[in-house]
Amino acid sequence: MATELSAFVTNLTLFVLAAFVGYEIITKIPTNLHTPLMSGANAISGITLLGSVVVAGAGENTLATALGFLAVVMATINVVGGYLVSHFMLDQFRGGGN
Amino acid sequence: MAGVLAQYLPPAALQLAYLIAGILFIQGLRDMTHPRTATRGNQISAAGMFLAVVVTALWFDILSPLILGAGLLVGGGIGVWLAVTVETTEMPQLVGLFNGFGGGASALVAGAELIDVLAVGDSLTIGLTATAAIAGIIGSVTFWGSLVAAGKLHGLVGDSPVSTNVGHAIKVLFLGAAVVAGLVLVIQPDALGNAPMASWVPSYWVLVAAASILGIFLVVPIGGADMPVVIALLNSYSGLAAATTGFVLGNTALIIAGTLVGASGLILTVIMCESMNRSLTNVLFGGLGGDDGDSEEMEDIYEGNIQETSPEEVVMLLETADRVVVVPGYGMAVAQAQHAVAELVELLDEHGVDVEFGIHPVAGRMPGHMNALLAEADVPYDKMRELEEVNPTFSQTDVAIVCGANDVVNPRANEDDGSPISGMPVLNVAEANTVIVNKRSLSPGFSGIPNPLFARDNTSMLFGDAKESMQDLVNDYKEATD
Repeated sequence: MATELSAFVTNLTLFVLAAFVGYEIITKIPTNLHTPLMSGANAISGITLLGSVVVAGAGENTLATALGFLAVVMATINVVGGYLVSHFMLDQFRGGGN
Repeated sequence: MAGVLAQYLPPAALQLAYLIAGILFIQGLRDMTHPRTATRGNQISAAGMFLAVVVTALWFDILSPLILGAGLLVGGGIGVWLAVTVETTEMPQLVGLFNGFGGGASALVAGAELIDVLAVGDSLTIGLTATAAIAGIIGSVTFWGSLVAAGKLHGLVGDSPVSTNVGHAIKVLFLGAAVVAGLVLVIQPDALGNAPMASWVPSYWVLVAAASILGIFLVVPIGGADMPVVIALLNSYSGLAAATTGFVLGNTALIIAGTLVGASGLILTVIMCESMNRSLTNVLFGGLGGDDGDSEEMEDIYEGNIQETSPEEVVMLLETADRVVVVPGYGMAVAQAQHAVAELVELLDEHGVDVEFGIHPVAGRMPGHMNALLAEADVPYDKMRELEEVNPTFSQTDVAIVCGANDVVNPRANEDDGSPISGMPVLNVAEANTVIVNKRSLSPGFSGIPNPLFARDNTSMLFGDAKESMQDLVNDYKEATD
């Protein structure tokens, strides 16, 4: 129980620090880039793919594997599609004069 | 037996790889702060994701690599196909759809993890069930909410707002059901003992079902023009769902990345709400707009005060203008007029006119929607001005062209008269010498109130489809200046 609690607090520390870093950086992103930011951030939220890779691959239980497979498909669509769409969009932003 | 990497490397190596991935995500976002470095930032972020996925796949014991490979292949294929075939005008719904998939995956992973833990004979700890319950609720709400939002943006689901007490009651009911199911999951994960379905952790799936219905009922009543807020908020949820899943699995990469996304979505949500001078509660539950407006009041304001103009007359104005500001709105997106508008602006620029775009933060259906459309039409980003930058310049502007925008240029917002938009920051185009409003008709915008701007002495209406009207202006201007 004690180790579980300290692991939770470690995770919580990461959560809080990441929230501050995220806030500091993202408030600096100009309105121009809000759509690509959103689809890029979207792609990052597909990080849940890591979790689905672990559960889909574990193969301990057929149902868990099936759910994991579905999760892998959905998260991969999110990651691959998100990054590609942002890339295409960002390619279209060109600087005037410089 | 552990995966390939875990046989040769100490456990800390996995954590280190996740740390590197986290750094790449943060650096990627930092590069997004400027258009010049943004493409690189996106690539850095993608590299972080690639690293994290590859290391994870090689680290853990993958008993069924075939299933994993098939999942990655199918998902990757669909992702590429959607990204390549999408039209720029369909971007908001695609972003919403991707978002939903991320949330849905989080909910499924949490459920699969519960089943897996039971399958290997371990007991479900409170830490695991509690975080799984949170991930399940947020993930399911995100998935179904995003699907409904994408459906509205694509015109598959009606986009008029409705606010009924029955609707609110349903939301409360299903939120309650989801919370109760979550409590059962946490307090008595083995409530069914050895019943045949017990190994499926049924309370978790009851929670998912209730949260799914909640997600649908949360978004269905919200009107189309409030979608920038909804899309940004769901974006934030999908990040939080990933972060919570990270707590379930004890995975640091998920926590860092998910939190970054959660922060990003939340900031965008706040910016969108402030740009409408409305609270988040009002956007989510207020059901603003959609009524046809007070026709009597409309007649009072418009009767005898509307001046119509023609492309030829507008071109004559443009020929003598030194400074022109174009204000695009959702109408430009609907008519796909961005290329015609961009051509007009380029022409004016070539003829020495000081010409810029004035862009309202909530114009369109997602944050930065107008900017993305104009970028697609090759408009340099330094020509796109934000509200605070462009507003002081209207008094020195000869012609302001409003293309398919309505509420965001309504001067009534500056008056405290209890109208739905009062207090909302708007583009004060009326301060320009002449205002040209290109619209198909005098019908009210999303707020459902008439716009006194149309009746002003220095305003002329250029009725017609945005794309055709702008193309007419381009052709006439070319003829006139040849």
